[in-house]
Amino acid sequence: MSKDNQILEEFTSKEYEHGWSVNYEADEAPIGLNEDIIKWISAKKEEPQWLLDWRLKAFRHWQEMTEPEWANVTYPKIDLQALRYYSAPKQAKKPKSLDEIDPELLQIYERLGISLNEQKRLQGIAVDAVLDSVSVGTTFKETLSKLGIIFCSFSEAVQEHPELVKKYLGSVVPMTDNYYAALNSAVFSDGSFCYIPSGVRCPMELSTYFRINAANTGQFERTLIVAEDDSYVSYLEGCTAPQRDENQLHAAVVEIYAAKNAEVKYSTVQNWFPGDKEGKGGIYNFVTKRGICAGDNSKISWTQVETGSAVTWKYPSCILKGDNSVGEFYSVAVTNNYQQADTGTKMIHIGKNTKSRIVSKGISAGKSQNSYRGQVQVMKRATNARNFSQCDSLLMGDKCGAHTFPYIDIQNSTAMVEHEATTSKIGEDQLFYCNQRGISTEDAVALIVNGYAKEVLNQLPMEFAVEAQKLLALTLEGSVG
Amino acid sequence: MASATQIDHLELLLGQDSSSSFPEMASSAREQALAAGLPAVKEEEYKFTAIQRKIEKSISDFGRAKVLELTPEQVAAALPEGFDGDYIVFNNGIPELNLSSFGQEGYTATLLSGSRPEKLGKVAKNEKDVFTAINTASFIDGLHIEVAKNQQIEKPIHFLFFNQSNSGQVINSRILIEVEANAEISFLENTVSVNDESYFLNQVTEVIAAPNSKSSYSRLQNESNQAITVNNFETDIHRDAVFTSNVISLGGDMVRNNLTLNLLDSGCEGNMYGLYLLNGKTHVDNHTNVDHTKPHAESNELYKGILADSSRGVFNGKIFVRQDAQKTNAFQQNNNILLSEDATINTKPQLEIWADDVKCSHGCTTGQLDEEALFYLQARGLGKDQAKGLMLYAFAGEVLEHIPDEAFRNHADALVKERLGTKI
Repeated sequence: MSKDNQILEEFTSKEYEHGWSVNYEADEAPIGLNEDIIKWISAKKEEPQWLLDWRLKAFRHWQEMTEPEWANVTYPKIDLQALRYYSAPKQAKKPKSLDEIDPELLQIYERLGISLNEQKRLQGIAVDAVLDSVSVGTTFKETLSKLGIIFCSFSEAVQEHPELVKKYLGSVVPMTDNYYAALNSAVFSDGSFCYIPSGVRCPMELSTYFRINAANTGQFERTLIVAEDDSYVSYLEGCTAPQRDENQLHAAVVEIYAAKNAEVKYSTVQNWFPGDKEGKGGIYNFVTKRGICAGDNSKISWTQVETGSAVTWKYPSCILKGDNSVGEFYSVAVTNNYQQADTGTKMIHIGKNTKSRIVSKGISAGKSQNSYRGQVQVMKRATNARNFSQCDSLLMGDKCGAHTFPYIDIQNSTAMVEHEATTSKIGEDQLFYCNQRGISTEDAVALIVNGYAKEVLNQLPMEFAVEAQKLLALTLEGSVG
Repeated sequence: MASATQIDHLELLLGQDSSSSFPEMASSAREQALAAGLPAVKEEEYKFTAIQRKIEKSISDFGRAKVLELTPEQVAAALPEGFDGDYIVFNNGIPELNLSSFGQEGYTATLLSGSRPEKLGKVAKNEKDVFTAINTASFIDGLHIEVAKNQQIEKPIHFLFFNQSNSGQVINSRILIEVEANAEISFLENTVSVNDESYFLNQVTEVIAAPNSKSSYSRLQNESNQAITVNNFETDIHRDAVFTSNVISLGGDMVRNNLTLNLLDSGCEGNMYGLYLLNGKTHVDNHTNVDHTKPHAESNELYKGILADSSRGVFNGKIFVRQDAQKTNAFQQNNNILLSEDATINTKPQLEIWADDVKCSHGCTTGQLDEEALFYLQARGLGKDQAKGLMLYAFAGEVLEHIPDEAFRNHADALVKERLGTKI
């Protein structure tokens, strides 16, 4: 066997890098879901009464809802009563600074390549790390607080800035929005909270890293980003989970509020465990993400690289309420083996002269199914709305599927809406060209795919772009024979 | 589950007396229809078309519309100017062969009750759309066309629908067309609302295009604005056959077209062209479906819409490419122009692809006329309205040019021009 082949072999057999799990002592809620559990979670987090009431209201509403079935995905029904809704790494007391955090926890993040300590010094990215249900540590807090920026775990925000949380929680994604958002509203355990005051440009990238460690838990985190007038923030989100045979549920909610002239950039590299080659295990990723451009001239930009999860069900959306506001959605979704992804966006044009842009690149390989589902809605008063959508699909192998479901609903005659989509496979001539120049087929595919996804990857902050490129190549290893 | 009121309306639609020529087929279809119920807006397929509510509101007297008096003069007046070909008259959905004209050889036109074709109901299936089931359960008689092998029918066959009811009645029409191998033929269809009373026209047309045949079907929907129409049109296209559908929708209260092309073998080609030019409160919903099942087939689709007043257009174009259908070429395009603040368009160009070696694309635009092009025309001395009319006409022309028969095309063209002349 040549050296090349060996490397290839190693690569293809390399399944999921972050598949390990660590045994640490955890503080867990009993299995099951009922009002008592919600009260238990709320009490555990020493929450104020209004939040508990809010949770209970969401829960009661959720009980009347039924699981949505319209998505182009199939999976066995999830027994929500068999899940654990709270799991927290046990720490003697609340850490005041990173130095006090249990070294074992820090090690977990170091294995993931996110050293909370090191990052503090080197990279200039503020990280909020969330393990299972709770936030374990946030870096750079002090530097940020000098500027008036609040970046902390959600529970901390509830304690220290209840007025802000109360004002914005559920303002973009109401608790009654959909089945999983209602569930999240009832049981969410932690997440990140970020507040950028008026006129402040956040000097560094803010980042949350999610990790599911415990078995049989669902992760329900909630992220709330509020950008006041004339502010700017770029926010990153990453996620991994251990390799387990059973499926795990991740139902998060992300809300973004952008006031006048504010700009929020939200980037995700989603790499939850996708299940093994036979499609066993993996994360069910049912996420509600929505941003509102509430003020004039505001801008929200979503960038996502979706490589993980067994089933993904995710539509980061923008409500373009302010005049001249802009919404963007850039997505690369890669599915391999038995993965299923139903992802896309919603652009709701309400204000005048609003603009949106959608670039979605789907890549399906193996026996996976990849769907783009999007909606562009131009309301009656949204004069001069402009939308451009492009969704391309790349198919590798004859057992996978690529689907597009774009909904375009227009009620204003001045709207200009364009949508185009193509589906194709990697051209044999392109591969041949690369082969001729001594590039192996495997490398050529990675090269072509990266070129194909470049428009989206370019939108990512540099550190993430590198990671995303590697992930793309890795996810597709062995998919071309 | 169908609710109680739904069933009531459904039963009324289905009618009590069973005078169907195919009683067995009718009774099983009736059960299927009752089990399915009328589609509610909650159902994805009828999301933007509240047909159930429309039927309940508009149809008061659910009896089957009676066959009415028709004169040869009425028929002659309904034919397009300069028309040269055969024509078949449908009197409230039922073919009236003695008023029809057959000048050409090579094909046969018989009543379904006479020929009792085996393939009836095999293309458009009851379970696919409840209105097909309602039609199967309640049509009294229909038309069967057989085009013999190797026959090239030079002149078109024109179906003329005369619809008239007294306050909201149901009209069912059923057509089965079998085009044998290597045959060539083109069909035209025009609907005439004799009076302004509301009615519900439920059409089912099935076409079987045998290997290497070439056929087309052009439809002009220009009914009174009281008419509700549901049209289920399905074609099975076999090896190397070519089938083209043209649908021009100009009027009606609510129109729903379900057009399905099944590309069943290699080398076949399916084309779908559509134009909807709407004003008033007209609601037109075009659902098209192309199913590629075998390799090396091709499909083209172009639907264009111009919407004025408070009209509403719905377009849903599905392209399925099955796993076996490698080397498929599928192309779909939908363009819309909104002319008024109150017009609405809901479009959903949908691709579902399970094969990797394919070229599929779809495009969809909604907008207004190009300001620069308008300026160009105005700079050359055209008035603004004139320039607009010219541009809209050019926009529509791209669809009209696919109509094969000259007389019919001119007729449609004149109607379109007239509409655009009054700035629709």
